[in-house]
Amino acid sequence: MSESKVAPDAKPKLPRGVRLTHNEAQGGWVLLAPERVFKADAIAAEIVKRCTGEATVSDIVDDLAKTFNAPRDRIETDVMAMLTGLADKRLIEL
Amino acid sequence: MDTTLQRAPRPLGLLAELTHRCPLGCPYCSNPLALEPRADELDTASWARVFKEAAALGVLQVHLSGGEPAARRDLVELTTAAHDAGLYTNLITSAVGITRETFGKLSDAGLDHVQISIQDNEPGTADHIAGYKGAYARKQALAAEVTRLGIPLTVNAVMHRANIDHVEEMVTLALKFGAKRVEIAHVQYYGWALKNRAQLMPTRDQVDRAVAAVETLRKQHHGRIVIDAVVPDYYARFPKACVGGWGRRSLNVTPSGKVLPCHAAESIPGLTFWNVRAHSLADIWDNSPAFMAFRGTDWMQEPCRSCPKREEDFGGCRCQAFALTGDARAADPVCHLSPHHALVGELAEARADAAYEYRR
Repeated sequence: MSESKVAPDAKPKLPRGVRLTHNEAQGGWVLLAPERVFKADAIAAEIVKRCTGEATVSDIVDDLAKTFNAPRDRIETDVMAMLTGLADKRLIEL
Repeated sequence: MDTTLQRAPRPLGLLAELTHRCPLGCPYCSNPLALEPRADELDTASWARVFKEAAALGVLQVHLSGGEPAARRDLVELTTAAHDAGLYTNLITSAVGITRETFGKLSDAGLDHVQISIQDNEPGTADHIAGYKGAYARKQALAAEVTRLGIPLTVNAVMHRANIDHVEEMVTLALKFGAKRVEIAHVQYYGWALKNRAQLMPTRDQVDRAVAAVETLRKQHHGRIVIDAVVPDYYARFPKACVGGWGRRSLNVTPSGKVLPCHAAESIPGLTFWNVRAHSLADIWDNSPAFMAFRGTDWMQEPCRSCPKREEDFGGCRCQAFALTGDARAADPVCHLSPHHALVGELAEARADAAYEYRR
């Protein structure tokens, strides 16, 4: 169940104690939180990497659309869904 | 041959026992009775190499522990090294010996999470259990600093006969400390705790009340603090998958560099432990005799061998099986299917109000 709608001008960032890391032996990207480990697929990792607290959601969507040469609408839907899910698990601050 | 054993699973967690030195004397300490001396401790560069090897092996989280990790003068360098290796760093501390200044440096070094132990909800009784005057106040001060810097805090409340009736007050204290998570950690009887078992063992009534209290507290504080608790071993009917299964999810490096499948593994005679001074961590994980000894299910006897839960609890704790039955391959006698299960009940009744034998 999602708590909030993500605003396009929000500047998402990882809270203290949550970290994205790459570990070859565990098969790629993982999001680490206190006593919790989440495997991140390639798309999730690309989104989370851009959650620096400086870029807005719009910036992130623009950047991804450009980098992966994909339609902005589709990217926006994916990013919004991903960020909402991560925020609900308190893995990201909006 | 069991083909699942061809390649061992990759570990997720490393318990780095940086030192056995500790200013506290908690009688429930699970460190071994023969504490490793300072002169034998690994140096900074060796630990840094261990952290790199751990990350390459698949380890994601390192628990900087002890003893009291702050007894190491190079704790900031060690934290930096673990962070630089790409590990999620969790400091497990008594809070004694960490100044505000040191903690600021640890935070800058990239510390991700802090766990502070508490002994009771009142300073007098808490300091008595810890065997250290003023420990309670230091914990309060460090907790304030941790939350001020926005680092997530877990409070580890170690429960036994003298404080188990205060479970509600201890959760309240964890909330006051600003913790987002509290572990109701019933004493596990290894090392010093085993020596003090009769002094520490709670009664059945106390355990029942504590279990009920935790249920109420979980509802009351839902969304504010996560309360982790399990039924203490001597009053349970099913064993726990100790360390998530032997040589399956985690490993422990002692102050002198011995690599153990769990922190109490040295209590089992006849196991050969390899040292990081002589072997790489990957070699030790995959090939050392101690890790091979109880990995998987091939080593099991009945009732474990044919048990439908054998891949869930892995027969429980090997150290406890040895301590209580004399056979490390036996089912953990906490299991109601163990022929030794009645012994667990008898030992739980063997309580004595003698003075603690403090860890020294």
